[in-house]
Amino acid sequence: MRTNNNVIRKIALALALSLGGAGLAWASSGSSDVIQPANNDVANTASLQRGARNFVNYCMGCHSARYVRYSRLAADLGLTEAQVIENLMFSGDAIHDTMQVALPQAAAARWFGTAPPDLTLMARAKGTDYIYSFLKSFYLDPKRPTGVNNLVLPNTSMPHVLWELQGYQAAVYDGESDPAHNAVHKKFTGFKLVEPGTLTPQQFDQFVRDTVNFLDYIGEPMQLERRNLGFRVLGFLLVFFLFAFLLKKEYWKDVK
Amino acid sequence: MSATMQPVRRGRLAQIADWADERLGYSRFIKAHATEYYAPKNFNFWYYFGSLALLVLVIQIVTGIFLTMNYKPSAEDAFASVEYIMRDVEWGWLIRYMHSTGASAFFVVVYLHMFRGLMYGSYKNPRELVWIFGMLIYLCLMAEAFFGYLLPWGNMSYWGAQVIVSLFGAIPGIGESLVEWIRGDYYISDITLNRFFALHVIALPLALVFLVIAHILALHEVGSNNPDGVEIKKVKGPDGHPVDGIPFHPYYTVKDLVGAIVFLALFASVIFFAPEMGGYFLEHANFQPANPLQTPENIAPVWYFTPYYAILRAVPNKLLGVVLMGLAVISFVFLPWLDKSKVKSIRYRGWIFKTFLFAFALSFIALGYLGLQHVTPAYTWAARFFTVVYFAFFLLMPWYTRIDPTKPVPDRVTYGSSAH
Repeated sequence: MRTNNNVIRKIALALALSLGGAGLAWASSGSSDVIQPANNDVANTASLQRGARNFVNYCMGCHSARYVRYSRLAADLGLTEAQVIENLMFSGDAIHDTMQVALPQAAAARWFGTAPPDLTLMARAKGTDYIYSFLKSFYLDPKRPTGVNNLVLPNTSMPHVLWELQGYQAAVYDGESDPAHNAVHKKFTGFKLVEPGTLTPQQFDQFVRDTVNFLDYIGEPMQLERRNLGFRVLGFLLVFFLFAFLLKKEYWKDVK
Repeated sequence: MSATMQPVRRGRLAQIADWADERLGYSRFIKAHATEYYAPKNFNFWYYFGSLALLVLVIQIVTGIFLTMNYKPSAEDAFASVEYIMRDVEWGWLIRYMHSTGASAFFVVVYLHMFRGLMYGSYKNPRELVWIFGMLIYLCLMAEAFFGYLLPWGNMSYWGAQVIVSLFGAIPGIGESLVEWIRGDYYISDITLNRFFALHVIALPLALVFLVIAHILALHEVGSNNPDGVEIKKVKGPDGHPVDGIPFHPYYTVKDLVGAIVFLALFASVIFFAPEMGGYFLEHANFQPANPLQTPENIAPVWYFTPYYAILRAVPNKLLGVVLMGLAVISFVFLPWLDKSKVKSIRYRGWIFKTFLFAFALSFIALGYLGLQHVTPAYTWAARFFTVVYFAFFLLMPWYTRIDPTKPVPDRVTYGSSAH
């Protein structure tokens, strides 16, 4: 009992103390250089529809979106329920079901080292730029069991799912990369496409952007409604303010 | 309100009201606290934040009630139930954003309200008890915010609670068992979540409401201070009312209404256009469910706690850090007795007090900033410097308020062009 408690206390303390260090290490690993703007637009319904198609075809093999209902997608993406059932639902779910994944979590954790996370809120947790850059930053690395590594999330357990579309790229570094020196001083300069995929780089960018756009939308499906309502609420408050201000002035005329 | 004084027969509704008033005396209450409560006429911008704090309290209680209808306080369901509120409950997202933004708004208005008290000496005789009730409200508010922050059961909720609860472990002797007692378990668990829920939705709100009533009753007993720090009760007219006082209702109800609308416009701007406020009101790591095996990259409390968190981190010894952090919060309570000045308002204080107050406000903001950053040696030294400044404001107060070259205080408040 006491030991258990001690351990937890020490972990908490060590964490509190080491956070700064960890953060610094993270900042200096250079991953911030490789984050590119996603430039997605959640008001673009066509992009969201393509993103939804991409998501169910390429992501949902492993990743769930367990808080997202298919029926909500139909309503928000301008699709009929029949269209959603035909194009986005492959597992015999009902239209009001959420986007669950058949992959058993425990087995997935064993196969990949970590279970593929649910993606409903990933855009809110990590940001769209992060996901956009992550999906574009897989590069060949024979040292990894998946044959690829990722510049945004080094040593990710996720394989390069989109290889067929993007092809394979190599990370290009400035100067000689010297294995004897553990390649510490090398500076990333860009990617070079080694083996082209079925999409051109421009098409692939659009593919990733649409997918990220969809993730942005499912992270906060009411975000467009929220902004629209916001203008109306502020408009109302402005009118209310004018009346309240005049009322105050009228009353305060007596105060000398 | 006897019927004989009325030439016209009173309507049915008025008769019922009279009947109730004879048995309850609410009209006397309304007179004492609104229509015949005389407040100084010279309130300025800083005097909006009391009524705004009350407004935010109401917003938090009402939205909280509706959140409770759909929230599930269990480790298994909590995170999912919040997403259920955000997606499937009608207007659930709005209610939740109002509540999450309201938490930060509460601290914004309370900090400004407290700073008003510091500037105009509102804590000084005869308002010591008003100030103490206010400080108890502040303590309850911090506890309320802390308990509430665990409820979404996000990863930052989890680790934030873990770090803050573990602080009690620094207390010698009883620390370990105290931490266990607070958690009700050997780690932050379903049991902890359940009791935090109970404290958040009933115990602390109840205490808050009672303390707010006590705060206002104590205020109305002694009367409000004002930007001149002049006691308006000293100069009364033939009607027995303060010459510089005006009835709270309707004058300040209509004035506070204007302030409330401006506040609501800012509040709505956050809710509708930036509910996460760049990760300061809703932290990014909290969009991932609680995971006891994976810590967030940077465990930082929400912005309103970071000044104290910076003080905690600035001290190399954990126990001393916890003690200093506690003292930093408690120190405010002693202000009525630390301040030896004959003058209340900053308008008539000398440059020494002004310098110390400015340095204090600056150190509070600087510590708040530092508490959000990763620890670096430079930041740690900066935090130490500002911690010293923070405490100097309190510890040196008996000295510098005595030697401060104050100006003469007028008999009457200054108002508009008719300054007396």
